[in-house]
Amino acid sequence: MLKTNVVVIGAGAVGCAVARELSKYNVNVIVVDKNEDVGGDASKSNSAIIHTGYDATPGTLESQLVVAANPMYDEIVRDLDVPFKRIGAILPAITDEQFEKLPAIKEKAFKNHVYDVEFLTGEELLKIEPNLNPEVKGGLYIPRESIIDPFILVQALAENAYANGVEFMLNTRVTDIKTENGKIKSVITTAGEIETDYVINCAALYCDEIAAMVGKADYTVIPRKGQFYILDKNTSCQVEHIVLPIPTKVTKGKLMCPTIHGNMLVGPTAEDLPDKTDKSTTAEGLESIAIDVRNLVPNVNLRDTITQYCGLRPNRNPEGLHVDLYDDLKGYVNLSGVRSTGLTLSVAMGKYVVQQILTDGAGYTLKSNFIKTRKGIIKFSEQPREVQDKLIKEKPLYGNVVCRCETITEQEILEAIHRPLGAKSVDGVKRRVRAGMGRCQAGFCGPKVIEILARELNKDATEVTKHNAGSYMVTGKTRD
Amino acid sequence: MYNIKCDVAIVGGGPAGLAAAVSAKENGAEKVLIIERDSSLGGILQQCIHPGFGLTRFKEELTGPEYYSRFTAKTDELGVEYLLNSMVLEVDSENKQVICTNSEYGLTTVSAKSIVLAMGCRERTRANIVVPGTRPAGLYTAGSAQRLINRQNIMVGKKVVILGSGDIGMIMARRMTLEGAKVVMVVELMDYLAGLTRNRVQCLDDFGIPLKLAHTITAIEGKERVSGVKIAPVDENKKPIKEKEEFVECDTVLFSVGLIPENELTKKAGIEINRVTNGPTVDQYMQTTAPGIFACGNVVHVNDLVDNVSKESEVAGKYAAEYALGTLTKTVKEVAVQVGRNVRYLCPHKLNIGDKEQKVTLYFRVLFPENNVVLRALDGDKKIAKKKELRVNPGEMCSITVDALKITSNAITVEVVKEA
Repeated sequence: MLKTNVVVIGAGAVGCAVARELSKYNVNVIVVDKNEDVGGDASKSNSAIIHTGYDATPGTLESQLVVAANPMYDEIVRDLDVPFKRIGAILPAITDEQFEKLPAIKEKAFKNHVYDVEFLTGEELLKIEPNLNPEVKGGLYIPRESIIDPFILVQALAENAYANGVEFMLNTRVTDIKTENGKIKSVITTAGEIETDYVINCAALYCDEIAAMVGKADYTVIPRKGQFYILDKNTSCQVEHIVLPIPTKVTKGKLMCPTIHGNMLVGPTAEDLPDKTDKSTTAEGLESIAIDVRNLVPNVNLRDTITQYCGLRPNRNPEGLHVDLYDDLKGYVNLSGVRSTGLTLSVAMGKYVVQQILTDGAGYTLKSNFIKTRKGIIKFSEQPREVQDKLIKEKPLYGNVVCRCETITEQEILEAIHRPLGAKSVDGVKRRVRAGMGRCQAGFCGPKVIEILARELNKDATEVTKHNAGSYMVTGKTRD
Repeated sequence: MYNIKCDVAIVGGGPAGLAAAVSAKENGAEKVLIIERDSSLGGILQQCIHPGFGLTRFKEELTGPEYYSRFTAKTDELGVEYLLNSMVLEVDSENKQVICTNSEYGLTTVSAKSIVLAMGCRERTRANIVVPGTRPAGLYTAGSAQRLINRQNIMVGKKVVILGSGDIGMIMARRMTLEGAKVVMVVELMDYLAGLTRNRVQCLDDFGIPLKLAHTITAIEGKERVSGVKIAPVDENKKPIKEKEEFVECDTVLFSVGLIPENELTKKAGIEINRVTNGPTVDQYMQTTAPGIFACGNVVHVNDLVDNVSKESEVAGKYAAEYALGTLTKTVKEVAVQVGRNVRYLCPHKLNIGDKEQKVTLYFRVLFPENNVVLRALDGDKKIAKKKELRVNPGEMCSITVDALKITSNAITVEVVKEA
């Protein structure tokens, strides 16, 4: 039987942030996830925004964590080499009714200790964001709202945790948790039983199912679907800030913003669902995005879309973010209600959860040899010409461009596959180096990526998957 | 950085680039260099192993590889040079330089006297046309499936639905069937065929593959791999009729929903792009708005026959050579080329008329199918050319030839009319 001190269930942003924080201590940690890659669910399909928490409910744990997390990103992205930009958000009021709501929104921001929110006139807003609805009456500017590469954030947290000794068991599903005398005993997985002192439930969408294994499911998770459009980098109508609608009582609404890689992101919808696996876009959902976003940015050209996707926010019923430890079940930490702010608050949550365990008496001591930094994969396309020349001369596969749209070279794909916790699937490659994320959506590079994955992982092409088991890309050889 | 000098640099070694290279060489350019990203010349024709190429040009039916081999034989004979495995990163239209990657030489700068853009096109995707549903494995553009099957000998699926009745879609319906897959149906949004009629006969009818006109896929289903699609008929506004939606089981969906000229380099070079064709604006020399930069083939506008691509590319190659040699005729007068009745677009987009005799062929596509029509070109309101056609449809390119020197007004119009 495997033995460890802490099992983290879930390798999303929160699970990986908890693991990385734990890896600063002299403690054995195993992260278990059912998916073949880290960041496989909610952490990969969201709006890729690092929030300030200006609009959170003041005084809640969620508000505290989001507000605390935002300033942490300057250091995190530097240490872990994560693409990130503080582009700021604007909240334009188009109607008089919306305009009247601005003071209350600003007041709430201040209650959340987000003091750098400023009021701008319609004229000022149009100056910094010329594609806004010209009828804009005025609005708020929230300078620290930021954009990030969410895939790289999770990979970076995981890779750095791994470099500091955390073990990852991917493609591994937790089937049960054993307890003994009011204490955690072990976690049963599809890859065997793991004896452990602590279990940290970071299973997001499935956290209620994990909690039920130890009788702590006093809530349920209701997936809230969010559909998005991604537009071509060349689309005619672009914005430079995160353009947010004034929220209504029902929804925070649909936004438009650039992605860290220069595409435009438009969405999301908010639809409560019964099915945790329903990640399908719908004609109605996508149409509703078109209608709403045109109120903010009338000339947005959704015909320039290169993809649409759907994410599920793990909303809690009853609502609210919770981190629970139990007197009658020592060693069990339950996280629930980590929803749309989850990506942002992950890094603060890591620290918070570890502090809870330390306070609980875990007694872990800090390592003297913690490796603080992680280097990402060099992006050939972003290098100056002389550096590109040098790279090709050092490693000739930099001269072999596989993905035309994003100019991704074969060398970058090899590094995505062969680095620690590397890519094992077509989507794994895509989320590490962006091969297939451009306008042709893998039309050209797809066949080559299958070939490279098969060659590098020493597999038959039929064993290459898009993501999880069962998502085989091809079915066999052609006839001889 | 490695530096190469040449007279004519050609970006792309597919059918357009090859024909332009041969023509440039035959018209006096000394050093002609093709820059190709693939490991071999021939472009998309390398995966088009089916026959049907060359009927117009060679009066015989060739496969894709046979067709381009006729050109590579010529390029070899004439001493056209080429750089393979070289991805062009930038075209500098001002200085006539092309920067490309090359594993052997490192980053390479090609300085030329004139440049021909022949990058071809890419396929429109499922996402471009916004087909809702899940994102499982088993969704391919028809061309990527064709590459996997014909160049990598890998089958993509067993039970297939194809969206779009374009030529590649129909050819892939036959190809998948020959490889043992079951092609359940070809679904087409329009109420007429998108591709060539002969492909419907040879690829669908001969194999009993149903064609559902005026239908579309309304949802993709399946979590890991495609499990099926929902299809529905569409009304006159192309909106699906939800009540008539039905589920069709399959493990693979191929999309043959249109081609887009690939002009990222062109745009970055500051060259004007035509809004209808999505390709560079060109004159009858196939010269773009940047002097000395020519373009031909599917990068300019999407052709249905490679024979036309070759012909058009020879024009580009010839004048690129003349430009390099400094002998290209000076423009005396600019003439606009305008679309008339039932014409979607024309290519070239304008004429730069000099003082030499020149026959100019104007290629165009119609907006909707029609029978028993006359194609005609008007110089102002004077008819200067006409041609009868039994049938025209948007899937098949039309053409009409005019005598450039005889044009007297500042604009010629091409139209399709019912009577002479």
